[in-house]
Amino acid sequence: MSVTESGSALDPEALAWQEQVPGGAHWSGVLRRGTTLRITDQQGGANVSTLFFNQEEKLERYNMADTLKAQHTAYLTKGYVCYSDMGRVMCSVTDDSCGWHDTICGVSNARMVTEKYGEARYQEHRNQYHRNGFDSLVNELGKYGLGRRDVMPTANFFSKVTVDESGAMVFQPGNSEAGDYVELRFEMNTLVVLTTCQHPLDPDPQYRPRDILLSAWHSGPAGADDLCRNRCPENQRGFHNTEVMFR
Amino acid sequence: MTQTLVTSSLDPEAAAFSEVVPAGEPWMKVVKQGQVFRILDLEGNQAVDTLFYNANDYEERYSANDTIRAQGNIYLTAGTQLLSNEGNAMLTIVADTCGRHDTLGGACSAESNTVRYALDKRHMHSCRDSFLLALAEWDNGMTKRDLSSNINFFMNVPVTPQGELTFADGISAAGRYVEMRAEMDVLVLISNCPQLNNPCNAYNPTPVQLLIWDAQ
Ligand SMILES: [Zn+2]
Repeated sequence: MSVTESGSALDPEALAWQEQVPGGAHWSGVLRRGTTLRITDQQGGANVSTLFFNQEEKLERYNMADTLKAQHTAYLTKGYVCYSDMGRVMCSVTDDSCGWHDTICGVSNARMVTEKYGEARYQEHRNQYHRNGFDSLVNELGKYGLGRRDVMPTANFFSKVTVDESGAMVFQPGNSEAGDYVELRFEMNTLVVLTTCQHPLDPDPQYRPRDILLSAWHSGPAGADDLCRNRCPENQRGFHNTEVMFR
Repeated sequence: MTQTLVTSSLDPEAAAFSEVVPAGEPWMKVVKQGQVFRILDLEGNQAVDTLFYNANDYEERYSANDTIRAQGNIYLTAGTQLLSNEGNAMLTIVADTCGRHDTLGGACSAESNTVRYALDKRHMHSCRDSFLLALAEWDNGMTKRDLSSNINFFMNVPVTPQGELTFADGISAAGRYVEMRAEMDVLVLISNCPQLNNPCNAYNPTPVQLLIWDAQ
């Protein structure tokens, strides 16, 4: 079975690499054009807050508002793409067993995590200490000369928050089950920075961020008949803007 | 949604500062803690793209995510505290005769205009060009890195329960205003939007008036 088939099991032979990231951790890596990354929620209820940067020009980065406006959506699922602030498609959601990924809630911070879960320092708890989304991203960003100024609104994979008619935000528990996954095909060379800290609106009173599995393979970039490319005229123009960089 | 409109008792004649900003122009100024800052929509349905920074630490800035999460609602109106990326209150909206303001829609740019409208729209004037020019003239080390999610005062960008993002007709009108009290010294960066491709403003960007009253 090929790994590029929708919903298929992963073929170990085709994998470029695979890595587990525990709950509450942070991770970064470069995904090149034509690579697909599958993020798997191993236990159910994971949250993966993610930022994307153009690897060659890190001032170009994932832009929540441009992503939402171009596609008239407030969330991500199969068929949508993530835009940079320079009008380019950074990556495409080519498959998704989950159905909804939050884009509007951002990440937790130290004050919030202490209020919600209590204090748990490294001194007493070693690597079980309580981490928060903001500091985790700052940690990882610092490795590339980036910092607080670069913590932009994240894509929060596996989390679902809806908005009712009055604008009130409602966290929907149970959106992602063990084994659920989302696949991102990278359309440009992209620095991916993520944290597996709990979603800031997760009503679970316990501090228990979930583990994820990252699996990457060479899929090739979007073809002419690609679902994400042809979802709307906006995306066709966004792909054009990306592809002229590689001609 | 029923909007609760809150009017202000402040007298424009008593304002310490008043300036009209034409469409398409940036504006940047420090508003001191305790001062009250008003944005007046002079002709109606004008989008005022606004960013706030802690005037003593530019790395602390307005956060759309923290603000909407803290109040559990995506729309900004009277009573909303505008929070920073560190969760601190930067300003409080104390009066609002429009009723709803957007903070998810972001600012227009030359590049996003190519995606949203047409590839040949790149060379039209945009908000992010205004922001960048203002930051260059401010000349205090701020760059494009400092452009995060902004507020679009007077814009109506509803999210449906199904998760669609829509651009609805404006609910502002000539003479409507929003007023906020600074809870810290804030550096305000505005682009009075020059957008000519969006029916929200009837393809007609218009001037706004900015007023500041000293702490009472
Ligand atoms: Zn604009």
